[in-house]
Amino acid sequence: MTASSPEAPLLRIDAVTKNFGGFVALDNINVEIRKGERFGLIGPNGSGKTTLVNCISGALRPNKGAVLFGGEDITLLAANQRSHSGIARSFQIPRPFRSMTVLENLMVALDFAARRELLETETHRRDAAMSILTRIGLASKALVATTTLTQVELRKMELARAMATGPKLLISDEAMAGLSASEVDEVLDLLMSLGGEDVAVIMIEHIMQAVMRFSERVMCLDAGRIIAIGTPAEVMANARVQEAYLGS
Amino acid sequence: MQRSSILFWAGAVIFLAVVFFMTQSLRNEYPFFAGYVILQFIVLSVAWTILGGYAGYVNFGTNAFFGVGVYTAVLLFKALGAPLGIQILAAAVVGGLLGLGVGLLTLRMRGIFFSIATIALAIVIETAITNWRFVGGAAGIQLQRPPVMPPFDSYVKMLFFVQALMVVIAIAITRFIQNSRIGRGLHALRDDELAAECTGVPTLRLKLLACVISGALISAGGAPAAMYLQFANPDSAFNLNYSVSVLAMSLIGGTAHWIGPVLGAILLGSTQQLLAVTISSEVNVLVLGLMLVLFVVAAPKGIIGLVGRLTGKGGHA
Repeated sequence: MTASSPEAPLLRIDAVTKNFGGFVALDNINVEIRKGERFGLIGPNGSGKTTLVNCISGALRPNKGAVLFGGEDITLLAANQRSHSGIARSFQIPRPFRSMTVLENLMVALDFAARRELLETETHRRDAAMSILTRIGLASKALVATTTLTQVELRKMELARAMATGPKLLISDEAMAGLSASEVDEVLDLLMSLGGEDVAVIMIEHIMQAVMRFSERVMCLDAGRIIAIGTPAEVMANARVQEAYLGS
Repeated sequence: MQRSSILFWAGAVIFLAVVFFMTQSLRNEYPFFAGYVILQFIVLSVAWTILGGYAGYVNFGTNAFFGVGVYTAVLLFKALGAPLGIQILAAAVVGGLLGLGVGLLTLRMRGIFFSIATIALAIVIETAITNWRFVGGAAGIQLQRPPVMPPFDSYVKMLFFVQALMVVIAIAITRFIQNSRIGRGLHALRDDELAAECTGVPTLRLKLLACVISGALISAGGAPAAMYLQFANPDSAFNLNYSVSVLAMSLIGGTAHWIGPVLGAILLGSTQQLLAVTISSEVNVLVLGLMLVLFVVAAPKGIIGLVGRLTGKGGHA
């Protein structure tokens, strides 16, 4: 495999099919995501967005097809191994470690991080966690129990925890659901700043302005199939996308 | 070494020195006979906490591990005349293997289903032992203690010291887990297993490790019971009371810190001994149940949670 060549995609979803009993959640999905790309994933409820994310992050295994990351087949790897190879995610409904403080939530990621050269001692890890929290804007909440956080703080904490694993691909699963307009902007700016040269971001979102502003490319799923993929403007203009969202 | 570690090991050495001094100076055997049971429950509760407290997998099969420890000792003693040390080590190995099996259960079961499966495991093993003639079958087996080794002058005193040594070993291991990243990983998977996996925690490996260590320590703690009672039968070795007592001790003490099960075992263990002497051994279970209900309602995080609340430090001991 040519893992290091610049043309090789960071993530390749190769003919992935996932069904739950008779229900086909993902039907022969093929897509590639480049290094550092900002990728929007949209689609009506139940179209398979989260299932796709679960297949990428390892929470589910596809029935058919393969997931390649950095040129390596990761279809059969456990979620923690995928985390070590550079895939991180947030959850649609936040899943903090409830018995811990915000800082400790990040410490879990750093304790078990794959690249440990700079994380040898507890002090190093603590500093690393604090610097991520500062970047995310949660430094003042570091020693607070996660149970006392507000919704937007929980979302940010999940992104911070995901970043603490040192990802090359960050998947944000509806990190803006249920937030106010100003909070949406806040989280969007955050995601913009987290993505970049080294970190590709897949953003699942229902808030269209956010997806349009954020994404370099957008893919729209409907009933487990890709119905459109391209620049945000192209996808928005697509008749099938409009039909999926608004009805015919 | 950190200051807390120096304090811990100093405390352990003093504890063992006091225990040793007691065995050399006290003539009456009864304190050792009663104290042995309390020490045994400290070992069991601390070991239980690794899986039941840190990892959040409530093992209701403590009696399975305990009985396996007892019968490993019985088997080795009867077949080979193995000395006490070998009996305990072998029990740890067999208990660890059984723990590995229980750990594989966690692949498919959690919560109440896991707990029920561990009860079933105890019943299966007890039934097997009951039908095994060589180790006495249902009637049980009488064991003749070998001569006691110097410097001890009675076997019960020696067992008391051995069990004290195991208390130190069990606490040291549990304390190490609690303070290492293993402990943080176990807490993470207790809170949310999927989130832990996606944050890079190898949950299966950690669960297996917790099951093996917890199982090995419980079986090792149970092994000397054969020589202590000079008798073993499936009914008492696999008694569900061990599971209930250990669960109650750990929860009443609090499972956030290793000191919790130690306090719980001392409190409940000595209460039980007192009740057994003054009223009857059957009242034990009633008092245990009442205390458990009391704590679940009034102090769900146990004694250490209560102390934390009173000193204003919250539940984070």
